[in-house]
Amino acid sequence: MEALGAAVGLILAGDGELLSIVGLSLRVTLMALALACAVGLPLGALLGISRFPGRGAVIVLVNALMGLPPVVAGLLVYLLLSRSGPLGDLGLLFTPTAMVVAQTVLVLPIVTAVTRQVVEDLWAEYGEQLRSLGSGRVRAVPTLLWDARYSLATGVLAGFGRASAEVGAVLIVGGNIAGHTRTMTTSIALETAKGNLALALGLGIILLGLALAINGAAFALSAAARRAAAA
Amino acid sequence: MRATPSLLPLALDRVGFRVGGDWLVRDMSFSVAGTGRTLLLGPNGAGKSVTLRLCHGLLSPTEGTVRWAAGQPCPPGPGRHAMVFQKPVLLRRSARENLLHALSLAGLHAQAAGERADMALERFQLAPLAHRPARVLSGGEQQRLAIARAWAVQPQLLFLDEPTSHLDPASTRAIELALDLFRAEGTAVLMTTHDLAQARRLADRVLFLHRGRLLEDRPAAAFFTDPHTREAAAYLRGELLD
Ligand SMILES: Nc1ncnc2c1ncn2[C@@H]1O[C@H](COP(=O)(O)OP(=O)(O)OP(=O)(O)O)[C@@H](O)[C@H]1O
Ligand SMILES: [Mg+2]
Repeated sequence: MEALGAAVGLILAGDGELLSIVGLSLRVTLMALALACAVGLPLGALLGISRFPGRGAVIVLVNALMGLPPVVAGLLVYLLLSRSGPLGDLGLLFTPTAMVVAQTVLVLPIVTAVTRQVVEDLWAEYGEQLRSLGSGRVRAVPTLLWDARYSLATGVLAGFGRASAEVGAVLIVGGNIAGHTRTMTTSIALETAKGNLALALGLGIILLGLALAINGAAFALSAAARRAAAA
Repeated sequence: MRATPSLLPLALDRVGFRVGGDWLVRDMSFSVAGTGRTLLLGPNGAGKSVTLRLCHGLLSPTEGTVRWAAGQPCPPGPGRHAMVFQKPVLLRRSARENLLHALSLAGLHAQAAGERADMALERFQLAPLAHRPARVLSGGEQQRLAIARAWAVQPQLLFLDEPTSHLDPASTRAIELALDLFRAEGTAVLMTTHDLAQARRLADRVLFLHRGRLLEDRPAAAFFTDPHTREAAAYLRGELLD
């Protein structure tokens, strides 16, 4: 209970260490989310409307990757970036960039899989009409993404949720270095182990608030979609 | 936007379309030229919608050929041929944005597209609805918007699949009047309907289909007064066909 009071105190006082941790976490996660969207939205849309041999296997793979354990993603990126790894010369291990890469690996399958499903359904409805208007499949991608925007936003928020809550991947590739690669989740793990419950709890409250905000946004979005009769 | 020279005539030569072991359309030959209205009549399941999709290039014939003026296949698209489906498919955007989308596919730049869209909204009495989400419009308004969209891209041939089947008499009348705008632009029309009074009002020519085969290809007046086949006569009398 004491710890809870201290935690709220830290948040209200705008504690410097706490703010820098929150700031880094958000920067890393948002970067990863932006990258995952830049790749996953068009990729998922193409997967949704194309037909090729082996398509089923690709879809199963992408769906399975949604459940990729963060520590495994972290391990893979670690192997890639470690000094003896193929990208070791870049010297990215234990930097925020490495954490962005790891979280992108985690979020990309979610964005891709959700986009694939949503766009495939929409294509079933729009396909003939779009072809009738002279639109090829590739030209249809931006049209479909735009018209699926509300459903896609829900998927993107789910990706944000996953990235901001995970601890394994950023811990492995970031190293939890104070003031450099320490995020909310890795700090909570560390501070709890050290017995510094106030900071851990303060960060926990912020994370929880973030989760609430994300779900509130998702709810508001689907309401907006219904209002626009777009669903 | 209008491709010159003319794409017409459209000519089907012994077209057949099979799904699994069933021939949905068989041995279908006819051609469409000029600016008249050709009505495709026949009972449910006769193959009218399949025939329209074959003509429009949404289905590929299993046998035979669908050719346009130059003796070539021709994909659907602006300035070429357009289709209005029985149930209009509208994008999740405003009425005006639906038109802009079609016009951008037609290669128009923003300003020209805007002007053309506004002209279409005007012509089809949709101006007050321009900024409504297309999918909250009533069935009749949606169908009018779908037709306005087809008009905006200036097709040489327009396919309409039962465009008024869900509409009340006033909306039906509005659609029929709208078809006159196409005639004014020199667009030929190939359409289906189950409304025989409408067919009599609109048709210059009738193609009568039964079980995937073309049984009659006649001038409208002759078809309605003196059908040549037993099936067409029964259909016109409203009797069940075997
Ligand atoms: N993709 C398809 N696969 C299998 N059968 C089909 C397919 N499309 C149409 N059919 C069948 O082909 C036949 C002709 O269908 P079509 O939709 O052309 O009929 P129609 O003349 O338009 O009838 P209606 O007046 O009821 O619209 C029907 O028996 C239908 O079940
Ligand atoms: Mg039909």
